[in-house]
Amino acid sequence: MNTKFKSPQQFFRQRRLRLGLVFAALLIIYLVSVIVVNFQTLTSLAQVPAGLVWLFKNFVPTQQSISYLGPILYQLWRTLIVAVSSTICASLIGLILAILGAKTTSPTPALRWIIRFSASLLRNIPVVAWAMILLFSFKQSDFTGFLALFFMTLGYLTRAFTETIEDLDREKLQALQAVGANYFQCVFCGVLPEVASTLTSWVLYMIENNLRDATLVGILTGTGVGFLFNHYFKQFRYDAAGLIVLLIAVLVILLELTSTQIRRAIA
Amino acid sequence: MIENSSSNTKSLPTLPATKRVTLLTKPRLILRGVLLALALITIYSLITLDRAGLKFGEAFQSLGVNLKAMFLQPTVGQDTWALLLRALATSVGLAMLTTLLGALFAFFIAVFSARNLVPGWLATSIKAVMAFIRSIPTILWVLIYSVVMGLGANAAVVGLTFHSIAYLVKAYSESIEETSTDTIEALKASGVGFWPIIFQAILPSIIPALLSWTFIRFEINFANAIAVGAAAGADDIGYYLFMASGFYFNFHEVGLIVYLLLGVAIVLEIVSMKLRGHYLQKN
Repeated sequence: MNTKFKSPQQFFRQRRLRLGLVFAALLIIYLVSVIVVNFQTLTSLAQVPAGLVWLFKNFVPTQQSISYLGPILYQLWRTLIVAVSSTICASLIGLILAILGAKTTSPTPALRWIIRFSASLLRNIPVVAWAMILLFSFKQSDFTGFLALFFMTLGYLTRAFTETIEDLDREKLQALQAVGANYFQCVFCGVLPEVASTLTSWVLYMIENNLRDATLVGILTGTGVGFLFNHYFKQFRYDAAGLIVLLIAVLVILLELTSTQIRRAIA
Repeated sequence: MIENSSSNTKSLPTLPATKRVTLLTKPRLILRGVLLALALITIYSLITLDRAGLKFGEAFQSLGVNLKAMFLQPTVGQDTWALLLRALATSVGLAMLTTLLGALFAFFIAVFSARNLVPGWLATSIKAVMAFIRSIPTILWVLIYSVVMGLGANAAVVGLTFHSIAYLVKAYSESIEETSTDTIEALKASGVGFWPIIFQAILPSIIPALLSWTFIRFEINFANAIAVGAAAGADDIGYYLFMASGFYFNFHEVGLIVYLLLGVAIVLEIVSMKLRGHYLQKN
């Protein structure tokens, strides 16, 4: 704190004033967004409990919905492996881009800016836009979902990988260069082993994330478990849709637990 | 030194038979195993991917044409500038609203799920419920609520808020748990109540962490708001994006919308940098 206070009272008065201003600003933001969005706060909040009751009544899988289990599990598996493969493919290319684009290992500054800019572009195009653009060219196939996730992930991982490599100690690289290692030796023997576990933990995080996004991409492009959910949901077969929701939750939690374990083991 | 080393060469002690020292420690082996498994899944997936008889050359060519139409010749298409800007404002409003509501609820829930403030069983059970809510994708929450409340803004807000709360409770409670137990014990011993401890001792020390998590969630919510518009029909920019690309096949308009979204993303990036700089200087 730079300001000097004459008395504790003054300190607390100033703090209360600042808190009051922050709250007023937040309230104004809230009210403006309520008007823009046209949201009825009280009526909607009052409906939440009723919604939950409805959810538990209708979305509980019944005896009948067990018969849907086969196709659901198959699509869930397809969704999982598309999430994994798109992440891995993106991470391979992302790694090359990150090595070329990180401050410590980049061959030229110009390349660095180009890579930074394109990664940011890829990242900021919403997954909806990717899905719809690709759907037009690649039709309703798993490949559309794969590519949509691939482009998004490439943007994120390039940035994450670049930052990880830049966090690396410069002195290690200088030491390697001083004993006469060439560029490739520096990268493959100095940089990669050092960052491998951090990068893997990023990859695991993106796989989790992509599994969640895969549902959305599936709804938009008509593939995977997202399509199946939309299909049952629109036919009012809520018990089957509920089974899908439950299975997605279980799969996501399992994946989270596994990747936490792996992260702890490789740290 | 030289004499020493030369005399040593005569009676070099034989090394005891030790295990070969290897760089492959257990974490390294596990790392390799994980990467190998992921690689195998990827290869299997790429081989069995449903291509639906695609001709890749043609597909990529048409993608190139579309991308060119998008980025080089953006137009408003059949909508108007006023309409699109209003929809963009709706998306930003949706993100702000859900983040604020989410942060408010999440803070109070997080207080009751922090291990150093409440008994363990309560913290664990709240965290388990939140983990379950978090594991269901946002878009499904919105779709589920759109049945109960009807399509539109209300369902979108409630669905997005639901997921925001679950996400922020995790982040907030972890921040609260970083406050040392000693501080809390000392305050408790001197007779300070539960809420004063939270608002006078814990909250001031974790504000930077809370702020940065909340802002991250705001960015996520903005992306989600677009997705919700596309899939659940809240009247925001995502809906126009969906209509332009899925119904009118007007890639010029898609390009314009993407440019608008990029503009918002750049503004958000600058604001978040400023906010973080501001708070880092203060603390």
